[in-house]
Amino acid sequence: MARVRRDYDDIPGTFVFDAERSRQGYGINMFCMSLLKKENREVFKTDEASYLNAYKLTQEQREAILGRQWNRMLQLGGNIYFTAKLSATDGLSFQQVAALMTGSTQQGYAEMMLRGGRPIDGNRRVGVERSWLRSSPGWDAHTFRLSGRRSISAKPKIHTGNGCSRGSSTPSNG
Amino acid sequence: VFSGFEHSKQWIKDLKPDVAIVVFNDHATAFSVDMIPTFALGCADEFPPADEGWGPRPVPVVRGHAEFASHIAQFVILDEFDLTVVNRMEVDHGLTVPLSLMFGKVDRWPCRVVPLAVNVVMFPPPTGRRCYALGQAIQKAVESYPEDLRVVIFGTGGLSHQISGPRAGLINSAWDKSFLDGLTNVEYMREAGAEGIEMVMWLIMRGALDDTFQETYRFYTVPASNTAVGHIILEPR
Repeated sequence: MARVRRDYDDIPGTFVFDAERSRQGYGINMFCMSLLKKENREVFKTDEASYLNAYKLTQEQREAILGRQWNRMLQLGGNIYFTAKLSATDGLSFQQVAALMTGSTQQGYAEMMLRGGRPIDGNRRVGVERSWLRSSPGWDAHTFRLSGRRSISAKPKIHTGNGCSRGSSTPSNG
Repeated sequence: VFSGFEHSKQWIKDLKPDVAIVVFNDHATAFSVDMIPTFALGCADEFPPADEGWGPRPVPVVRGHAEFASHIAQFVILDEFDLTVVNRMEVDHGLTVPLSLMFGKVDRWPCRVVPLAVNVVMFPPPTGRRCYALGQAIQKAVESYPEDLRVVIFGTGGLSHQISGPRAGLINSAWDKSFLDGLTNVEYMREAGAEGIEMVMWLIMRGALDDTFQETYRFYTVPASNTAVGHIILEPR
């Protein structure tokens, strides 16, 4: 079933972890939760695909996890505090994951934070050009949705001007 | 960042509270997605620091105050707040970092702690209005406790920050400052970032104070790793 449109869906670059995503992403999040235990992390690293069989995941969710598509996991119901346990298992710092999600380098992201962070102006809602989104993996700046299943390799379209995406027919998820 | 806390560390050292009610959020540690309580009050005698994947934070075990906490639970539930009683809970950085910032590096925390965990991970969290009203109920509960205790309440939660998705890194200083001015606000996620919604927890602290408080200290800075950080001391007159 298509996701019901919410009034916060126009917040750019943001997947709000609401009750619907919580239901949808139960498998992703419980898988991530299991990585809190050291012995589980070791088993997972030995054979990731087999480890995932213990969790109820859609094919898309499996691919997102195995492909470390950090934004896609959030879109499919993962929550950042849970997916952070997967990135910790990979040995990534939080800043490294943030840089990956934003299509920046770790250094670029750190510098942005030291300059006072990403500014709010121009980043409140869709329909305003946001140059930083162009570089985010798989992010379609026109539809404000991740642009496809292979979100890492998909080339984001660049939309300029102040067009509005509300009427977009691009499906938001599978 | 840390120099901004010197004043407040001295303040609480002089105050010598018996109990700190700490409003905080769990970060997928004690609660997974199996259970997502909106308000959960820690009524245990102690709360061990949790292993969040890098080993437990090297801080002392948090000592609870079971009798006082149970009194609060009973009082506010009868006052129509349907909170969850938690008798066993490990606590993560959401609880222990504010303690460290206020009490420094210690072998034993100088006061007992009543943790109040608020769901801000899954939308919707409780509304700001509801948090404020709960704070008011907690104030009445504290005042009705038969023993004379010196109680402080910490409202915690990072100020504007977003650590998820392509908009990660968002900071809105103007919003944070107006929040500290007003301590009443709404459009949290849009303005303050998906994780900045943690700010609703401050309103429980605010609700526990009469309107005749005075602001005795305020500190605000950007960034502390990924978040704007600040704190404010409000004292009853």
